[in-house]
Amino acid sequence: MTKVEAIIQPAKLQAVKDALVELGIEGMTVSDVRGHGRQKGHTEQYRGREYTVDLLPKVKLEIVLPDDRVEATINGILRTASSGKIGDGKIFLYKVDEAIRIRNQERGASAL
Amino acid sequence: MTGCAWLKAGLCALVAAPFISGLPMWAQPTPDLAALDAAVKSAQSSGDNAWMLTSSALVLMMTGPGLALFYGGLVRKKNILATMMQSFAMMALITVLWAVVGYSLAFGEGSVFIGGLRYLFLSGVDTAPNGDYAATIPQLTFMVYQLMFAIITPALITGAFAERMKFSAMLLFMTLWALFVYFPMAHMVWGKGGLLNAFLGGKIPCFDFAGGTVVHITSGVSALVCALYLGKRVGFPSLPMKPHSMVLSFIGASLLWVGWFGFNAGSALGSSGLASSAFVATHFAAAAAALSWTLAEWIKVGKPSILGGISGCVAGLVAITPASGFVKPMPALLIGFSAGFFCFLMVTWVKAKFGYDDSLDAFGVHGAGGTLGALLTGVFATNAINNALKDSSGNPAALGWVDGNAGQVVNQAIGCVIAWGLAIVGTLIILKVCDLLIGLRVTEDEEEEGLDLSLHGEEGYVME
Repeated sequence: MTKVEAIIQPAKLQAVKDALVELGIEGMTVSDVRGHGRQKGHTEQYRGREYTVDLLPKVKLEIVLPDDRVEATINGILRTASSGKIGDGKIFLYKVDEAIRIRNQERGASAL
Repeated sequence: MTGCAWLKAGLCALVAAPFISGLPMWAQPTPDLAALDAAVKSAQSSGDNAWMLTSSALVLMMTGPGLALFYGGLVRKKNILATMMQSFAMMALITVLWAVVGYSLAFGEGSVFIGGLRYLFLSGVDTAPNGDYAATIPQLTFMVYQLMFAIITPALITGAFAERMKFSAMLLFMTLWALFVYFPMAHMVWGKGGLLNAFLGGKIPCFDFAGGTVVHITSGVSALVCALYLGKRVGFPSLPMKPHSMVLSFIGASLLWVGWFGFNAGSALGSSGLASSAFVATHFAAAAAALSWTLAEWIKVGKPSILGGISGCVAGLVAITPASGFVKPMPALLIGFSAGFFCFLMVTWVKAKFGYDDSLDAFGVHGAGGTLGALLTGVFATNAINNALKDSSGNPAALGWVDGNAGQVVNQAIGCVIAWGLAIVGTLIILKVCDLLIGLRVTEDEEEEGLDLSLHGEEGYVME
């Protein structure tokens, strides 16, 4: 089992979710995060005092999948989350030791 | 005569008779002038009292929720409740102080500096008008109207020590400040026999229609003293301390603008032409100042912000406060326009240069704006707007420079100096006393955690 972690632009979330649903992926966790890679931030000012904001709002999706579905999922995300500009985000893959369904304590790939 | 002539004569006599005899159904009733006069006065009183009670409500609204939201939105999220609590506490605390002794010390007759105890526990204050102050409304109305000013003045100071003052220390400080700074200043400018009261026998006649010196200079300058004494917030100025909700601040500022009509136009103490004049001057100054601050910001920083807009409008409202019932509409625009620029400079350039942490710019807007407004009142006050002051021959006296009385600017300056002096000396002493008794500032840990939790055990936003 593999966890696919994708950090994307908030504006792309709807398109990415639609693509994942089309691929038949039913479970995901989405969180609002802040961060940056090489993307520059912006400055704000309040009564003459300047503040540099370099942590930008992003969205993180976490999806745990059987290994044979990972490649299709990655392609789906790449297709919909990319705009070609700096700030598009990143995808990370992690090995998952175990998955357990809380409702009935089912384990393994069938718990996904 | 013939029978026909007799008939005509008889008919004429019949028609003429009622007019000659003065029968009630034909004649006009003799007017009872005294009753008519009383009816007119009663109608005027009714109109005046309606407006004054409305104005009282408007001014209270300026504190809660106006100022509470305005200040609340400007602080960090962890201090929103504590900041609003400071304004709210004034609504409660000052009311009791005023009822027991404050009204008497401010408006009772006493010395040139402070009133006496004639109205202690509001003794003698009832629906009968007090002819010295407002002859057409119940004294109860006048008392409660003035109370709302006494409430908002200390609330303004809280902007200077936001996010770092102990609630208990603030309550003690405000009690002493009201007693030793506000009540004396209110008496000197508005009380009978007050040193600066141009209309009731003051030796140094100052024009302060709605509280440029009494409210804004005292609170603004005291705010600066507090900011310097308490010191900067932990992390200031290197850590970012952005307003956590410009939405709340905008709502608060809008309530302040609308409420200010009660503050200034209500100071006419009746629903008169003077109230209309003050209403217009107030509105024009707010608008002009919002524009000039926005313009200054646009030029200096590159983008016009809503914080700049609302800060500007408040600066204009502050500056027009002493002038509102004395100046014409065009000078009101000018006063507002200059206040926007002046306060913008105070807040962005002067504060940065000297590095004091007047967190919410109580000094930059109220202290500085109030001083500017008080001085400009000496320039633009005219008896074409306000003819209540009479000279020795009973004619309306020349008021400001535009009336040919340039010396009024000097009187205004003296009034400002007294306000500054009282604020500085009074506040320093009171701060020292409170510091010695219970300590003023929260601990670093409490400040870090946020006052909502550390002082009040609550959270402003619970996102569950």
